[in-house]
Amino acid sequence: MKFFEDIGVGEISDIGRHTFTAEDIKAFATRFDPQPFHLDEALAARSQFGRLCASGWHTACVWMRLLIDFHRREDEGRRARGEAVAQLGPSPGFRDLKWLKPVYVGDTISYATEVVETRPLSSRPDWGMISVRNTGVNQHGEPVMSFISSVLVECREPEARRP
Amino acid sequence: MPRLHWEDFTPGQIAECGSRLITRAEIIAFAAEYDPQPMHLDEAAARHSCCILMRMLSDDFIGHASFMGAPGVEEVNWLAPIRPGERIKARATVLETRASRSRPDVGFVKFRFELVNATDQPVMTLIVSPMFGRRASDREGEEPKAASER
Repeated sequence: MKFFEDIGVGEISDIGRHTFTAEDIKAFATRFDPQPFHLDEALAARSQFGRLCASGWHTACVWMRLLIDFHRREDEGRRARGEAVAQLGPSPGFRDLKWLKPVYVGDTISYATEVVETRPLSSRPDWGMISVRNTGVNQHGEPVMSFISSVLVECREPEARRP
Repeated sequence: MPRLHWEDFTPGQIAECGSRLITRAEIIAFAAEYDPQPMHLDEAAARHSCCILMRMLSDDFIGHASFMGAPGVEEVNWLAPIRPGERIKARATVLETRASRSRPDVGFVKFRFELVNATDQPVMTLIVSPMFGRRASDREGEEPKAASER
């Protein structure tokens, strides 16, 4: 992870893509979101979705996995170049999650993040808060998911010591 | 058990929606797929909490309701860590109900869901407005309940 001071509003990262299979969709739904339209093709055909589609939580969980893998690749690059790597802290939550279109079997979703806010924390001078808009777009270019999440990022220098 | 429809939800209703023991094994299994090598298992458990809540609600009432999914989630707040071995409870509060203008067979129910730990401390809150089917007999000649449609 970059240090808080090095993160700017407007920065966009393409973090990766994932193709959803029927097997994948049903396995996730069986564990966490056992609705008929995520579990069974025939029942999904009679639902408002028309076809088997992924749980929205599945679409969001894949975002998390891809983001973690993206940060890990980036950090490996930084370490290889002898650069310091910032720690990611906890997240207070997220908001405005929208499932804009169903994710159907065979859809490939490309995920990206865009920094929308950076805010130093007076209560915790070693950390800053960043907010990012996370999006998923299918192979037809249609947005399927969007939300804004926040997370703490380590500062290179605590605010008190900054010039 | 009677099938729940949109009409069965009333603003102000509060219901307990079951409890679940959060095991180390399930957090590790979830993390292996979606949250590899977490620094702290209790933070991984917090990130896992949306999925845990969804499953608890499905087992409790969504499974026998005319549930039609949700267009999104207004907000999720992670307030405290969830520790492996802890038993958590889910609680639902109905904030508002609203008929769909465009689809007379559908209504929205806005909920605040909370996961609370053994000491009744909320560890997570989630605000969401899922859609439920309406009872056919209740719809005839009825005006939508609320003025606005999002």
